[in-house]
Amino acid sequence: MAKTYEPIATLAGTGASSIIFSSIPGTFTDLVLVMNGTASSDTNVFVELNGDTSNNYSVTAMTGDGSSASSYRNANYAALQSLFGYFGTAGGMVLGHFMSYANAAINKVVLARYNYVSNLTLAGVGLWRSNSAITSIKVKTSNSATFPTSTKFTLYGIKAA
Amino acid sequence: MATTYQKIETITVGAGGATALDFVSIPQTFDDLIIKFSFRDGTYGSTLSTCYMTFNNTTSNRSTRWLFGNGGAAGSGNAANMYLPNIPGATATASTFGNADVYIPNYRASQNKSSSADVVPEGNTGGTYMSLVANLWSDTAAINRITLTADGNLAQFSSATLYGIKNS
Repeated sequence: MAKTYEPIATLAGTGASSIIFSSIPGTFTDLVLVMNGTASSDTNVFVELNGDTSNNYSVTAMTGDGSSASSYRNANYAALQSLFGYFGTAGGMVLGHFMSYANAAINKVVLARYNYVSNLTLAGVGLWRSNSAITSIKVKTSNSATFPTSTKFTLYGIKAA
Repeated sequence: MATTYQKIETITVGAGGATALDFVSIPQTFDDLIIKFSFRDGTYGSTLSTCYMTFNNTTSNRSTRWLFGNGGAAGSGNAANMYLPNIPGATATASTFGNADVYIPNYRASQNKSSSADVVPEGNTGGTYMSLVANLWSDTAAINRITLTADGNLAQFSSATLYGIKNS
């Protein structure tokens, strides 16, 4: 029986400022990215798809910082940023759902939930304005911060049939 | 072929209600945990009750931060606890239960335990409170027990299922 929910790869931080899932198979319907751990110092976390660093990303999100709620939107980011959050030496996690990631007829949408108790909780949506199937996902810091080996990234594939 | 997403246990509250719903002796063979629950508080005299989560019967070193909407306003809160706000209380619309989805990654790892939760009651006539929650247990022990409680007692028919996720 075919598996519906299948791990594609698990990566650990290497002490570098990024990790990358490459050669993502196009045989699933959706992808789920789970990131859990810390960064060596405070940093925003950016996600690039297929190596695209042009202003082809939009993000809309809402946040709660423990005192107040807010919302924002940006239509011209050079990566999925302000969506996968902000990490430091306290523990945090992100769940990202990339829907219909291999569909060549549509732009790509990701739903994200970011949780970092010492900072804020966030729910948001990102759009990559490309019809290309997602074949690589790069998670990187926005500065010189690095991901230690205790920080884990897992990519799952979900089949719709 | 190993199963990625596997049910560990389902607990359903019987007649008379329960003071807590307790997953004990959690197998240490998965990588992540998911809890999905349907809860109602049968004794707390309000339309809304707060649900609480405890790991390994330890009530120290916990923190929470949440974003909520109640149909009239959005806001945010924080506390030195692990909250799953809210579920219907005893005076909420009859036969109405709240749902939650809790994701706990790397529950066996020797690092602090973060978790993500989405919780919703919807009472139709009022008493709604949708929450997006970040919880943190600042403890490096592997999670072997998860206890869910509320302001009052969990009502009959409240249920929760614990799933294990393998990442390889």
